[in-house]
Amino acid sequence: MDKHTNSVKAHLVAHMRDFGLLFALIAIMAIFQIATGGILLRPVNLTNLLLQNSYIIIMALGMLLVIVAGHIDLSVGSVMGFVGALAAVMIVSNDVPVPIAIAVCLVAGGIIGAAQGYFVAFWRIPPFIVTLAGMLVFRGLTLWLLEGQSIGPFPKEFQVLSTGFVPDIFPAAWGAGLAEMVGARKFNVLSLALGIVAAIGVVVMGVKKRSRDAEYGIDSEPNSLFWVRNVIVSGALVFLMFKLSTFRGVPNVLVTMAILIAIYAFITERTVIGRRIYALGGNEKAAKLSGIKTERLTFIAFVNMGVMAALAGLIFAARLNSATPKAGFALELDVIAAVFIGGASMSGGSGKIIGAVVGAFIMGVMNNGMSILGIGIDYQQVIKGLVLLAAVFFDVYNKQKQG
Amino acid sequence: MSTLLEMRTITKEFPGVKALDQVNLVVERGEIHAICGENGAGKSTLMKVLSGVYPAGTYDGEIHFEGALATFKNIRESEDQGIIIIHQELALVPELSIAENIFLGNETAKGGVINWHEANQHTEKLLAKVGLSEAPTTRIDSLGVGKQQLVEIAKALSKDVKLLILDEPTAALQENDSKKLLDLMLELKSQGVTSIIISHKLNEVGFVADTVTVIRDGMSVSTIDASNGVSEDEIVRDMVGRDMSDRYPAREPRAGEMLLEVENWNVWHPEHSERQVIKDISFNVRAGEVVGIAGLMGSGRTELAMSIFGKSYGRKISGTVKLHGTVADVSRVDRAIDAGLAYVTEDRKSLGLILDETIQFNTTLANLDGVSKAGVLNANSETKVAEEYREALKTRTPSVFQKVGNLSGGNQQKVVLAKWLFTGPEVLILDEPTRGIDVGAKYEIYSIINDLSADGKGVVMISSEMPELLGMCDRIYVMNEGALVGELAAKDASQERIMSLIVTE
Repeated sequence: MDKHTNSVKAHLVAHMRDFGLLFALIAIMAIFQIATGGILLRPVNLTNLLLQNSYIIIMALGMLLVIVAGHIDLSVGSVMGFVGALAAVMIVSNDVPVPIAIAVCLVAGGIIGAAQGYFVAFWRIPPFIVTLAGMLVFRGLTLWLLEGQSIGPFPKEFQVLSTGFVPDIFPAAWGAGLAEMVGARKFNVLSLALGIVAAIGVVVMGVKKRSRDAEYGIDSEPNSLFWVRNVIVSGALVFLMFKLSTFRGVPNVLVTMAILIAIYAFITERTVIGRRIYALGGNEKAAKLSGIKTERLTFIAFVNMGVMAALAGLIFAARLNSATPKAGFALELDVIAAVFIGGASMSGGSGKIIGAVVGAFIMGVMNNGMSILGIGIDYQQVIKGLVLLAAVFFDVYNKQKQG
Repeated sequence: MSTLLEMRTITKEFPGVKALDQVNLVVERGEIHAICGENGAGKSTLMKVLSGVYPAGTYDGEIHFEGALATFKNIRESEDQGIIIIHQELALVPELSIAENIFLGNETAKGGVINWHEANQHTEKLLAKVGLSEAPTTRIDSLGVGKQQLVEIAKALSKDVKLLILDEPTAALQENDSKKLLDLMLELKSQGVTSIIISHKLNEVGFVADTVTVIRDGMSVSTIDASNGVSEDEIVRDMVGRDMSDRYPAREPRAGEMLLEVENWNVWHPEHSERQVIKDISFNVRAGEVVGIAGLMGSGRTELAMSIFGKSYGRKISGTVKLHGTVADVSRVDRAIDAGLAYVTEDRKSLGLILDETIQFNTTLANLDGVSKAGVLNANSETKVAEEYREALKTRTPSVFQKVGNLSGGNQQKVVLAKWLFTGPEVLILDEPTRGIDVGAKYEIYSIINDLSADGKGVVMISSEMPELLGMCDRIYVMNEGALVGELAAKDASQERIMSLIVTE
């Protein structure tokens, strides 16, 4: 074996977790693509997949911060249902203008997060207990608000949150031309353009980071591996966006999600507050003695989680076009599972945004694929549970082997 | 005397590292055998091989115990043969009583029902043996570390011990508790118990040991007969592989202007509100001065430091802290840092570092504003800062992107120092800065302290090791039971004078 393959191997072993996650997602998609006879990656199903998982991913972003800080939030499913109900009561029953209702709902989510964060941060009550209480309280309040009924439908301008698509800004002739070329009925040029831009962005950022790493003598990944990984990721981006462009284009939710993912990745990796949250979760006492206001940080993480749960609640209600008493039921478990599958540690201090997103997609693809195949909800639960256990076991096993 | 234990050409390899390389160890029946070596020399690995933590077959070489070839597969098997290790970190359950701990896993039970009368009675006998006059029903968490250590030994005695191994038994103990423990070792020896003691403290080794084996870089370097006394310098030379006539770098006192003044400092216990932990303490530090704080464990040294540093300990805190003659706000850690204070904690692993993170992460942690703009971190300047301190403090590591958890104690301490130096402090409070660090690294830490004081910074050094205070400080305050009981200039100070100040109060 020559030196090059050796270093590739060493790098793969050292970053087993990151690559493992990516390969797992690709493998799961491939399996279901074959098993469903190509239905999984059909444009209409892809769009569905994004819509179905958007609220889980949005909550996973907030949950990652909470878990990195060393806490947990069991109440997000209930809070999401509650906020959806609140929106329905305001918009449908009381004709409150949509923008005002949305603002009120987001603030309400923040207040709920603040209330729970207050007890966790300043009274040091274990978050498991505080948010378990919150889970019951807001499930109850949802039932009370809705009086046990579903409320709907919402006006169009609210539904757009979830089911709307970004209008194509390119001339219609371009779309018609491309549609003819690929043999589709219509073609959304914007979607493909965004996919290409995103792919280029990924590669450019990767190259930039790589050259900086080299400058500082950081053990960077071998050249071949770097390009293979980037070709896969950017290729996948272009491919998915191309698929979407032959259906209705870019869903609004995808834009919201992409922006949020970028913001949270930036916060966790590049900002002082993000750094401090990792320090808090890594060793609270040491963080405190380094001048970090640990209580305030915990509080902020919960407020943020509340706002994200509220946003997820709005999107969920808009998608169903009604608020139901069961909305968000047990969804907190999917969110938490996504974060842990994505490599976050139960004890806090580690975990990445992109990991949580991929984790959520792994769960989402499995949900979607198994539903298409008509696998019963009973087996679905069993399989999802086993996947979660396997992911965490893989983590622990890897650590032990390296340690 | 006959040979109790012989370890022959033990070699233990981990992926990429040879932890032990042909180590030989011969322990005679009825002796106290000391094993000395720097941190990471392989002492603990050797003991893990002996006790079966690393089972037979995972190492090369042979162990002969009581004349027979021993192939222990786990700790249980070695314990059954009478080899019992008492680890640095005590393995007692704090919420259980002394008797419950002593018979944990070895309960005097019939059909699963414990006979507490018998257990307590037996415990009392064992406690008498180790000179501990506590009731068997006393909870472990109500005992000090010294007494807990004695309980561990009593537990070992309950198992019919043939070879007692003490791993750094006095590391967390005060002088008088250490003395008691060493006396007990001698007492057990007279009763025929063979022991191995692993220790950094050479005066203790000289006091109890009959034979000393020195290990360096995974190899047994020398075995010294110590029954007629032993030269500490000889051991040190073997440990570090070079001569070290001077254990403290030379420093010239150059006290400048007044930097830190603490006046009438009072602190009450955070839980027991009637207990006053710090009683009306006033002290000061001048620029360029190294000021020591001596005292026994529990005398309130750490509590004093932590209460000053952002009120991180205690309640009902009163008194003033002045820097450069003006009152400073130290009511929160971040304010204390802004005022120019830095506190290097006693326990670097649980209070000083984030072990899972890199050297770079830890170095900039207390001053993230120094490497960011508008809340956005600048990765380049972070790396630059971490590299600067790595070079300045000679931290031995392949890169600043190593996890600090993988570093040795001395290098970890340098990372903690780097973190605090980057906050640009005027006064550094160092709490046990060389605890658990080997001789060579200690010297480097001392040199860093000297450089800091030469830069005009004030240093407060809290230490349980009196020779260290005497070797490094310009002035020494002596604390006892939360109050200052004396102040000595370096030239007037000696171990005897410090002890007598503590005892006469």
